[in-house]
Amino acid sequence: MTSQVSTEREPTAAKDVRRLERVVIRFAGDSGDGMQLTGDRFTSETASFGNDLSTLPNFPAEIRAPAGTLPGVSSFQLHFADHDILTPGDAPNVLVAMNPAALKANLADLPRGAEIIVNTDEFTSRALQKVGYAADPLADGSLDAYQVHPVPLTTLTVEALKEFGLTRKEAERSKNMFALGLLSWMYHRPTEGTEAFLRKKFAKKPQIAEANIAAYRAGWNFGETTEDFAVSYEVAPASKAFPPGVYRNISGNLALSYGLVAASRQAGLPLYLGSYPITPASDILHELSRHKNFGVRTFQAEDEIAGIGAALGAAFGGSLAVTTTSGPGVALKSETVGLAVSLELPLLIVDIQRGGPSTGLPTKTEQADLLQAMYGRNGEAPVPVVAPRTPADCFDAALEAARIALTYRTPVFLLSDGYLANGSEPWRVPEVEDLPDLRVEFADGPNHTTEDGVEVFWPFKRDPETLARPWAVPGTPGLEHRIGGIEKQDGTGNISYDPANHDFMVRTRQAKVDGIAVPDLEVDDPDGDARILVLGWGSTYGPITAAVRRLRGIGHPVAQAHLRHLNPFPANLGEVLRAYDKVVVPEMNLGQLATLIRAKFLVDARSHTQVNGMPFKAEQLAAALKEAIDG
Amino acid sequence: MADTTETSANLLSLVPKAAGKQTMKDFKSDQEVRWCPGCGDYAILAAVQGFMPELGLAKENIVFVSGIGCSSRFPYYMNTYGMHSIHGRAPAIATGLATSRRDLSVWVVTGDGDALSIGGNHLIHALRRNVNLKILLFNNRIYGLTKGQYSPTSEIGKITKSTPMGSLDAPFNPVSLALGAEATFVARTVDSDRKHLTEVLRQAAAHEGTALVEIYQNCNIFNDGAFDVIKDREQAQEAVIRLEHGQPIRFGVDDAKGVVRDPVTGDLVVVDVTPENEADVLVHDAHAASPTTAFALSRLADPDTLHHTPIGVLRSVGRPVYDTLMARQLEDAVERQGTGDLGALLAGSDTWTVAG
Repeated sequence: MTSQVSTEREPTAAKDVRRLERVVIRFAGDSGDGMQLTGDRFTSETASFGNDLSTLPNFPAEIRAPAGTLPGVSSFQLHFADHDILTPGDAPNVLVAMNPAALKANLADLPRGAEIIVNTDEFTSRALQKVGYAADPLADGSLDAYQVHPVPLTTLTVEALKEFGLTRKEAERSKNMFALGLLSWMYHRPTEGTEAFLRKKFAKKPQIAEANIAAYRAGWNFGETTEDFAVSYEVAPASKAFPPGVYRNISGNLALSYGLVAASRQAGLPLYLGSYPITPASDILHELSRHKNFGVRTFQAEDEIAGIGAALGAAFGGSLAVTTTSGPGVALKSETVGLAVSLELPLLIVDIQRGGPSTGLPTKTEQADLLQAMYGRNGEAPVPVVAPRTPADCFDAALEAARIALTYRTPVFLLSDGYLANGSEPWRVPEVEDLPDLRVEFADGPNHTTEDGVEVFWPFKRDPETLARPWAVPGTPGLEHRIGGIEKQDGTGNISYDPANHDFMVRTRQAKVDGIAVPDLEVDDPDGDARILVLGWGSTYGPITAAVRRLRGIGHPVAQAHLRHLNPFPANLGEVLRAYDKVVVPEMNLGQLATLIRAKFLVDARSHTQVNGMPFKAEQLAAALKEAIDG
Repeated sequence: MADTTETSANLLSLVPKAAGKQTMKDFKSDQEVRWCPGCGDYAILAAVQGFMPELGLAKENIVFVSGIGCSSRFPYYMNTYGMHSIHGRAPAIATGLATSRRDLSVWVVTGDGDALSIGGNHLIHALRRNVNLKILLFNNRIYGLTKGQYSPTSEIGKITKSTPMGSLDAPFNPVSLALGAEATFVARTVDSDRKHLTEVLRQAAAHEGTALVEIYQNCNIFNDGAFDVIKDREQAQEAVIRLEHGQPIRFGVDDAKGVVRDPVTGDLVVVDVTPENEADVLVHDAHAASPTTAFALSRLADPDTLHHTPIGVLRSVGRPVYDTLMARQLEDAVERQGTGDLGALLAGSDTWTVAG
């Protein structure tokens, strides 16, 4: 243990320090190398330093793919800046490659001049052969266009830990902390948070905690002392990017989980989650399972159908009911969503979209469930659809989905995706007093007088304003009633096969969803002279906004609008669309929103699509939009 | 099993009692019953409506949940809360209701196709979890509402519209299946035997956890007479083994037959009772910790002829109830962490402040 410094460390003045506005770092290694943890820690350090940031974890579906192979590479990209940023960055300025596979899998994304820190210990001839390198790229000049820092990370880590009495294998496992220490030195990250984190994480194994901290400090000290790293960088806090307030870093799935807990509290209803594990939604099940002291019930069901079934049963009983899943799970739940439409009970269906069809790309992102959410049921079964735009926005979107479900007594789709779910950004922690009031009134007595003057309860007598039916929960005396998936007579809710009644009920359910109050769509057009509108929804908000900024920066006026409500659309959407000569709709699918827009508004919306499992890159998107402007 | 009785009383005490005396009429809804004339479902409905006043629970705290099929129309005819859901899913929906509302008495009404074919997965998982549900499985060994296809309980070789040359697959024995699925209460009864049916309902209602009651139910349109051997007084003497806890398992004319354990294989066999073997006749123990003997009893029935069909409560044992455990975890969490503080949760432990 060579370190003599205090927990909070500052680089000495002996080396050059350069100021940067923004940096994109990518950590890449084997699935088992701890790259996600390393990235998470660097993110926390960066968040607590006050930079704006955006992250992109990218990992294979296999838990431990064969070591050293290209399919086994796991990476974590972090973009941080002294100003507000919108995406995890198109191309890394710095790549940390823990082995040849990580180098090979990521090199194509690096611009010339980028810095590459490689773990030379892993560049053995066998490891090189495994990924098809005929010659050592560190020696054959193929990396001449980059600034390569060859570091024997494994050897240095083992050396630093030799006093800990660990086996070599155990000591090697801390090499990610060595790399984190080195990067923390390079970018002047605060270090105490990571040390505290390691102590807590390994509280039951203090020796492992200290070994990891020693490796972390050794990495930091290595940067400070070795000649190879002549420069370190400062990225000032993004103090102007943020309104005053208390901030934390948050991922989409965590924000969504908190949004559900908050909605439950604001509604005064217990939260009930029925769910079946599925990537990338399982973290919501995990998170909510930790908050039983908020009265949250989580039920891990035998399958997707039982997950939503249990949720619907709880909704009948008066809970704020939720089911969480991804696209394949939505397919299985469809029949129950239809039942919820027919029963007119509040229910949230959270779909963390991933690449499809079928199993598709479980750990990658896509927006291709929009039409499934809109139409994927038998019969006319309209369901409201709400989509968050950034990781932190998942909190507000969850509250909004709950508002619609509770007010209108309807299932609601909340469409997040893998990019939002796992990505993170700073979030201004809201004041609890500022959260919306979601309280509901259960039915407590008769709501109808029959012709012969008898006071009765009609389960399908609607609120004239919202068209919502009363929510009469079991346990309420005098309101005993039966509901089911068979068509019901308007008002009484009794079984009815009457043709005119069915026509009326189908149209009424549609009218209820069409009539949901949603805010008008806001258009961002700073100079008011744009002739082209870029319309997006969901997680493309960051890349679209970044691309639009680029275009405006080079003198192209572009208007931008982003939909939170996909069903119903904002009332002014048609008017907005018709106000522009061109409408471009970028989506991570083959044009699903564009299809809806064209069908509903007869607008010649142009689709720009990408389905490679990754978010749009701002520069590529800007180029595509430029073509649309010129074309 | 004195402690089982005590805990059942505890669980039932969570459900509010009726304010006054109830009658069967209180449980009849205003809906016209639309089963085929002569359907066995009428008898079951009457038995359930007749039994409910004895239970004495506030009827607003009783919920019937069903799936799809003839039997699943049942909730419409009960003047309680009810949900007619979708095919096979009633146990899942009822699980969500029962685990979130322990003040409710939740009943599932299902059929052989609903519970054992499309909904088989939900049934076995409800049983293994031991959610506080009472599942009434109307078994008529046929698909009625879709007009007469063979079901997962139909005998092999069943000639139906979908199997004109005979069905090929071996049937489920619902009681065996439930025992294999870790059920804590498994019983079988018959639609036409009001007294026996009511007694089984009584024991099921008192059971803490999931109770599965298989009810042989005659479909007089598509599978008429499927249970005649059990219903005909004379034939039933040889066909039916009536189980009563604590009583020797004997049946037949003058109780001439009995069930004994084969000393070689350990399996159960039917023998003519003689003075020599009388002492070997098995005494039924519904509360046996192991389900092995109950399973062996369930296997005595011949799936084709229904000879040696045991009826009554095969198994009734105490095991922690899922809903109780779930509620306890919530209480423990509050005890350990305090009632949830939303502001503290949202802020977490790693924040920074941007000054104005």
